[in-house]
Amino acid sequence: MNQNLYNYLVRLGDDSLILGHRLSEWCGHGPILEEDIALTNFALDLIGQAQSILEYAGKVEGNGKSADDLAYLRYEHEFRNALLVEQPNGDFGVTMMRQFLFDAFRKPLFEALTKSKDEQIAAIAEKSLKETRYHLKHSSEWVIRLGDGTEESHSRVQDALDQLWRYTDELFYEDNVDAELQAAGIIPKMADIKAEWSKTVTAVLEEATLTIPDNGWSYGKGRTGLHSENLGYILADMQYLQRAYPGATW
Amino acid sequence: MYSEEEIWDFMEEVFDPEVPVLTLVDLGVVRKVNVDGEKVKITITPTYSGCPAMRVMEQDIIALLHSKGIENCEVETVLAPAWTTDWISENGRIKLKEYGIAPPADELDKSVLFGKQPTVECPRCNSTNTHMISQFGSTSCKAQFRCKDCLEPFEYFKCLK
Repeated sequence: MNQNLYNYLVRLGDDSLILGHRLSEWCGHGPILEEDIALTNFALDLIGQAQSILEYAGKVEGNGKSADDLAYLRYEHEFRNALLVEQPNGDFGVTMMRQFLFDAFRKPLFEALTKSKDEQIAAIAEKSLKETRYHLKHSSEWVIRLGDGTEESHSRVQDALDQLWRYTDELFYEDNVDAELQAAGIIPKMADIKAEWSKTVTAVLEEATLTIPDNGWSYGKGRTGLHSENLGYILADMQYLQRAYPGATW
Repeated sequence: MYSEEEIWDFMEEVFDPEVPVLTLVDLGVVRKVNVDGEKVKITITPTYSGCPAMRVMEQDIIALLHSKGIENCEVETVLAPAWTTDWISENGRIKLKEYGIAPPADELDKSVLFGKQPTVECPRCNSTNTHMISQFGSTSCKAQFRCKDCLEPFEYFKCLK
């Protein structure tokens, strides 16, 4: 049970951590000041969530590892985030589409996790849900504004959707890690989350006048530790200080 | 040794590093004070998951308790029940307004780019003819507004429920 719980928490926490890091790359590069601030606020929320989740993961694992140990001292194949969150920022349209597809998944997931039989997971979900609601609102409205905007913004955000769609299926990946936790009432069934996600995504993309790509193939081995090349570059940047100066603190 | 009541009073001397008019008690982040013989334990809760002020608050609490001669003290962080803006005291709301930050309205913010924005009173001229510039501001807990009557920009402590 503990091993599965640890694996699940790392999947959950790594999604927050890697997307938080990606968003932090926007700092000082936002298209307008307000969006620069919004994106870095998102980054802060996500990294904060990652801290709570990974800290708990470390406790469950029982080897005395802190959230920082897990974030800074694991290698690519030990990360369990979905490939969607490690995709490059691209232009603002790509970043907002990636955010939207992710937020639409995270909101129903956290809603379900607030009812978890594991008290700490329920508490983290309760806290994170409040933030995720703001994120989803913001990213949905940008997807609609860009999709139903000018010819240029429409074509760019449609490209973003075409490029990212193949990574969405992985968000709902399930294996034996999940089965036992689902039976114990700790985590929800992914089918329920996917139903909610599909509802949100269909409604928003329709309003945004965007077309869902009809290719049926999908990528997705991040949950088992197989990543795209992108993650190595992210970790090289994110872990630099701890790798160059092991144990550095301030 | 001090009583729990006295320790609560001390918490009124620790200020939020990002909104320095509010004490930790006004902000509602101090959840519990426990005195057990020589040992003092303070339980706090974060406003937002990634709030960078939490660590500073923790250090400030420890520093204050040390200055009162309490050496054996500890700060614990709990997540449940989750903090909402309802935890900000009445006194805290008054202080926020005097400081120039509009206190949280009782309604959730429904707008970002579209939809109805909450009715927020300008902390300077009390006009409700105000406009949201951005949902996100200098800290996680604030949005940016502008008053259409006195034309001043101001910050709004956004409602979190």
